[in-house]
Amino acid sequence: MCAISRKVTTAMKIRTLRRHVNESFKSLGRNGWMTFASVSAVTVSLVLVGLFLMVMFNLNKIAGDIESDVEVRVYLDQSMTQAQQDALQRDLKEVKNVQSVRFQSKKEGLDSLMESLGNDRQSFSDLKKENPLPNAFILKTNKPEQTIAVAKAVKSLPDVTDVRYGKGTVEKLFRFINIARNVGIILIIGLLFTSVFLIANTIKLTIVARRREIEIMKLVGATNAFVRWPYFIEGLVMGVLGSIIPVVLVMVVYRFAYYNLGGNLQQMFIRLIPYHIMTTNLSLLLVGIGGLIGVWGSMSSVRKFLKI
Amino acid sequence: MDDVILMQNVWKAYPNGVMALNGIDLSVKQGEFVYIVGPSGAGKSTFIKMIFRELKPTRGKIFINNKNIANLRDRQVPYFRRKIGVVFQDFRLLPKLTVYENVAFALEVIEEHPRQIKRRVMEVLDLVGLKHKLRSFPDQLSGGEQQRVSIARSICNRPPVLIADEPTGNLDPETSWQIMDVFRRINEQGTTVVMATHNRDIVNKIRHRVLALEGGMIVRDQQEGDYGYED
Repeated sequence: MCAISRKVTTAMKIRTLRRHVNESFKSLGRNGWMTFASVSAVTVSLVLVGLFLMVMFNLNKIAGDIESDVEVRVYLDQSMTQAQQDALQRDLKEVKNVQSVRFQSKKEGLDSLMESLGNDRQSFSDLKKENPLPNAFILKTNKPEQTIAVAKAVKSLPDVTDVRYGKGTVEKLFRFINIARNVGIILIIGLLFTSVFLIANTIKLTIVARRREIEIMKLVGATNAFVRWPYFIEGLVMGVLGSIIPVVLVMVVYRFAYYNLGGNLQQMFIRLIPYHIMTTNLSLLLVGIGGLIGVWGSMSSVRKFLKI
Repeated sequence: MDDVILMQNVWKAYPNGVMALNGIDLSVKQGEFVYIVGPSGAGKSTFIKMIFRELKPTRGKIFINNKNIANLRDRQVPYFRRKIGVVFQDFRLLPKLTVYENVAFALEVIEEHPRQIKRRVMEVLDLVGLKHKLRSFPDQLSGGEQQRVSIARSICNRPPVLIADEPTGNLDPETSWQIMDVFRRINEQGTTVVMATHNRDIVNKIRHRVLALEGGMIVRDQQEGDYGYED
C-alpha cells in the first residue's frame, strides 16, 4: 500500500537541509527591515557585553594576580643573633601551609621600598643614612586564603616583633569587582532579553506570513522538527550576524588597550590578559551568545504555532 | 479486524463544557464510502477532526487501521497523518505555488525522494484530470479545479482513508458532480472515503452509507441511505 513512504531516517538528508537553509534566507530577505532591527539589537547588546566582559576578565585576572602575590612579612627583632635567625627560619618552615620562606635584609627592604616609591624617593633619601627597617622573612602560603591563618600562627613564635600581610587592598579590589559585576550583569541581562524579544517578534512575523503553509505541512504529516528547522536557522543566522560588529570592535578596542595602556600598567606590576587569548575567547563567546539569543528567540515564537 | 475506522464509546467535551460527541460507536470497513449528515452544530466537524487526530477524544477509543489514535503520542501524530488524506471546503492551497508544487509540497515535507515525488504528482494530477494545468497558480483556476488540486494533494501519499469536510460547500452544483466523480474514482481504487456534507442532491443521487449525527450522537446509520433533512 505505502510503496512511497519509506522508513524514517534520523539523519537529515542533504536536500532537506538545503531546503531549510533556502527557506530561512528567503524569509530573512522578505522581512528585511525587521531582520535588520533584530540584528542591530543583538549587535548593541553584544557590543556592551563584549566591552563589559573585556574589563571584567582583566579585573578578575588582576585581582587573582594580586591575591596570589599576597605574602606574609615577618619582621625580626633588631637584636637577634644569626643563630636565633636560623632557628626561626627553621621554625617558620614548619608552620602549616607555608610554601616558602625568604630572608630579606634591612638593606634589601629599603631598596625595594625606594623602588616602589618611584619619583617620590628623593624626599626619603635621608633614610639611607640610617635605615629604620628591620630584617624580615617573607613567607608565601600554599593558597592565598591561608594567609590569615599563617599570619596568626607565626605571630606566636618567639623573637617576632610584627607580622603584616596585604589585607586591605585585595579586599577593596574584590568589593569593587563585585559591584561592577552585579551592575553589569543586570544591565546585560536586560539588553539580552530585549534582543531575544525582538528576534522572537521578527520570527513571529515570518511565521504569521507562513501560517497557512505550516498548517498544511502539519496536515500532510510533516514532523514538528521539520517545521521548526527553517526558523531555527533563521534565528541562528540573525544572532550570529549580530555578533560580527561586536567581535570586530572587541578586537580593535583590545588591541588599542593592550598595546597602549598595557605598557603603562606593566610599570605598576599589572599585567593584562594577552591579546590573542583575550580576543579568541571573547570572540567565540560573543558569537556563541549571539547564536543562543537568536535560537532562543525564534524557538520561543515557533512553539505556539506548532499546536495545529 | 478489517475495520479501517472503529470508534468505541467516543465522547468529546470541549473545555467550555459543550458536549460535542456523546458516546459514538461506529465501524467503517475498508473501501466503504460514508456520508456524514446532520444539522449544523450536530458534531460533524468534531467527528471529522477526531479521525485525523486534530482533536483527542475525552473518552473512548478510535482505531484507524487497527491502531488506537486516542492515546497516540504527539510526536507520532505526523506519521499517522501520512496515512490519512484530508480535504476541506476552502481547499487550503498555497497561493504562491503552482498546481504541481502544491501537490509536491505534501511529499517534500515528508522528505520523499525527488524522483518518486515527480512520478507520484503526475499520477495523482492525472487521476483528478488536471495534468494539463500543472503550471497554473491557484488563482488562475476555478473553484472546482482548486478542489481537485487539494484532493490530489490529499491522496498523493496513498492514504487508506480520505476524509472530506464539506468538499462541495463552496462549489456550484455542476462542479460538485465533477468532484464526486473524482471521489468515486478514488473510492474505486480501494480508498475508504468519509465525507461530511450538506448537499442533499448528491447524497440522494449517489447512494452510499449515511450516518446522521444529531446532538453528538449517531441517530441513523443507513446503507444506501438518503439525506433525510429539508435544508
